[in-house]
Amino acid sequence: MDLNYSARDEAFRAEVRAFLAANLPPDLQTKVRKHLRLKREDYVRWHKIVAKQGWAAPAWPAEFGGTGWDATQRHIWEEECAIAGTPPILPFGVNMVAPVIMAFGSPEQKAYYLPRILDCTDWWCQGYSEPGSGSDLASLKTSAVREGDHYIVNGQKTWTTLGQHADMIFCLVRTDPNVRKQEGISFLLIDMKSPGITVRPIIMLDEDHEVNEVFFDNVRVPVANLVGKENKGWTYAKYLLGHERTGIAAVGRSKRELLFLKKIANRQQKNGKPLLQDPLFAARVANLEIELMALEVTVLRTIAQEAHGPGPQASVLKVRGSEIQQMLTELMLEALGPQALPFDPAYLDGEREHALAGDDDAAPLAGYYFNFRKTSIYGGSNEIQKNIITQMILGL
Amino acid sequence: MDFTFKEEQQQFADALRRWVDKDYGFEARKKIIHSAAGVSDEAWATLVELGMLALPVPEQQGGFDGSAVDMMVVMQELGRGLVVEPYFATVLGAQFLKLAGGQEGLLERVAAGELKLACALGEQQSRHALNDVQATDSAGRITGRKTVVLHGGQAGAFIVSARSGGAQRDLDGISLYVVPRDAAGVQVTDYRTIDGQRAATVEFDKAQGTLLGAQGKGWALLEAASDYGAALLCAEAIGAMDALFAATLEYLKTRRQFGAPIGKFQALQHRMADMFIHLEQARSMAMLAAVKAGSSDDEERRRVVSAAKVLVGQAARFVGQQAVQLHGGMGVTDELPAAHYFKRLAMIEVTLGDADHHLERFIAQPGFKEAA
Repeated sequence: MDLNYSARDEAFRAEVRAFLAANLPPDLQTKVRKHLRLKREDYVRWHKIVAKQGWAAPAWPAEFGGTGWDATQRHIWEEECAIAGTPPILPFGVNMVAPVIMAFGSPEQKAYYLPRILDCTDWWCQGYSEPGSGSDLASLKTSAVREGDHYIVNGQKTWTTLGQHADMIFCLVRTDPNVRKQEGISFLLIDMKSPGITVRPIIMLDEDHEVNEVFFDNVRVPVANLVGKENKGWTYAKYLLGHERTGIAAVGRSKRELLFLKKIANRQQKNGKPLLQDPLFAARVANLEIELMALEVTVLRTIAQEAHGPGPQASVLKVRGSEIQQMLTELMLEALGPQALPFDPAYLDGEREHALAGDDDAAPLAGYYFNFRKTSIYGGSNEIQKNIITQMILGL
Repeated sequence: MDFTFKEEQQQFADALRRWVDKDYGFEARKKIIHSAAGVSDEAWATLVELGMLALPVPEQQGGFDGSAVDMMVVMQELGRGLVVEPYFATVLGAQFLKLAGGQEGLLERVAAGELKLACALGEQQSRHALNDVQATDSAGRITGRKTVVLHGGQAGAFIVSARSGGAQRDLDGISLYVVPRDAAGVQVTDYRTIDGQRAATVEFDKAQGTLLGAQGKGWALLEAASDYGAALLCAEAIGAMDALFAATLEYLKTRRQFGAPIGKFQALQHRMADMFIHLEQARSMAMLAAVKAGSSDDEERRRVVSAAKVLVGQAARFVGQQAVQLHGGMGVTDELPAAHYFKRLAMIEVTLGDADHHLERFIAQPGFKEAA
């Protein structure tokens, strides 16, 4: 047993740090660290900087523009980005649709889409969930009926994250309604500018426009945009879910947020002393910090096993990782006390330099807490993750 | 990084497991617990033969110079087997001797299995604070009463903390001694513990001891050795939780109600998933603690060991209580191993510092205050 990073890994970490120090624009870093809202151009700008370095898709095979890094190096990269406070490289293109195209797409699809994903020419979004299909995804109803060289798509997708910015959407659609629900699903790539597509914002409880409903009204999609075989989409979707899942633990981000929580708790006073010195509050922070220490080791253990292929262990990471992220925001809110109340969307959107109520660090945190209730719901709710653990690991 | 155990480590584990399965099963253990001695000379002889006593001792004293990670493997198996022999007490005592230096003769006897040790550290008023020492040291003669000395009745010698100077809870002024069981002025009252082990009240009345390290400067040694012990207990807890979890899983697959195995009910399934998550997180921390227990960076050692004792303790409580609950009425009987694992886990929780004690210690480390 050796829990130290190798000299090669430490050298790699130094290289990543040097790159971030030289290339992460300070204005973007400030936005991320201060929990301000990111705009489309913020994401794209950072993606293009990373793409120029050749690091936008670390997990891809080298032939498609990947880095050739192993799982530990990819973990270091993600961790350093999170700690530095970079905007995320959105997963919908690089980590979600791209592996499916690589594994099951046609040569033409690979040649056309992959380079455009790599350099962020196309912004992708995900068309999986529907109003009647959440955790029970395979019950989806959006239909695609073949008419000559096109599919005619009708139906509705929802929870489409940042779909308002998207150029493309990858969708699970029903191509055969007369078979077992998993067997009649296909995987389609759809241009968001197609006639018949309407995007309606869903405003989240922190008043941010993060997700959308996407309506399809007789949308014509070329058959060339079908990935793999008709009615095999569920297999591809499951393949995608088994891909690269240690990142969902968000350990790097939580490490950064823990330091931010302590900053807030050092500044807030209780009985004339920093809140972080209050035994009750300190105990809660310490419990969280310890859980995070353990999760980091659990992630590294999972990575070490990943040589043998990704497994259901990722469900453990999802459950604890989301709980830790939520507890961090919960304690930030508590640390603020009544200072949590002021709500200042203009400041959050960068339209005002400072928060009206006077505390820039505090202003986003209540919204952050409310927003992060999503983490135990999305990506397979924590209850679904527990089903996976009991079925796949425990065999119950 | 490498999270696997080396081949030799795995061999130690396998040998122990074979022995437990063959000779130290539930019924055999029950007999030992209810015997007058409460431990088994035969089992001890086997542990010696398997090299378990030599494992932690330096090579120069006839040992294998095993690390805390090597010991983790052993402790996991002893936890799995609910072994009640005075192994942990002896190994912890040996760690004091090893860290203090100058005790080669005693260590040789430990490695050969000839000497069992016990650590007489806690007192009635001290709870988990091992710096709270009233026993006095007057020119190497110790007077005082030590409570819940694990396997004190089986030991040939004691590691004893006593105060040479300073106030009752000062870190400065604590001295550590080795006192032979047969020294004049040593009185031992041996008793059973709720988890099937043995412990003792040990009273010292001007008993003559041999000083370990420098007089009045024993705290650093005491803290380092008890951190080592806490890391070992974490490993034992992992072994016990593994076995308890497996037994519970098996029970859920075989016990039928309402026409189905009870493991088909989602309320119970999710409880098992929660237990599994606790256990995996605890395993991670036990590994980290084993690796860092011997760290030359004192703060890192304190932080990690305390974090592990907190998290493993919380997991032990959750897994223990829920395993009993999932076993239903059978879980609260003496007849199934489940209750015995539960009791051992609960006692590990309160040995060498409970979760609250270690949480407080974690918070007191300078690293806790680092902020953005």
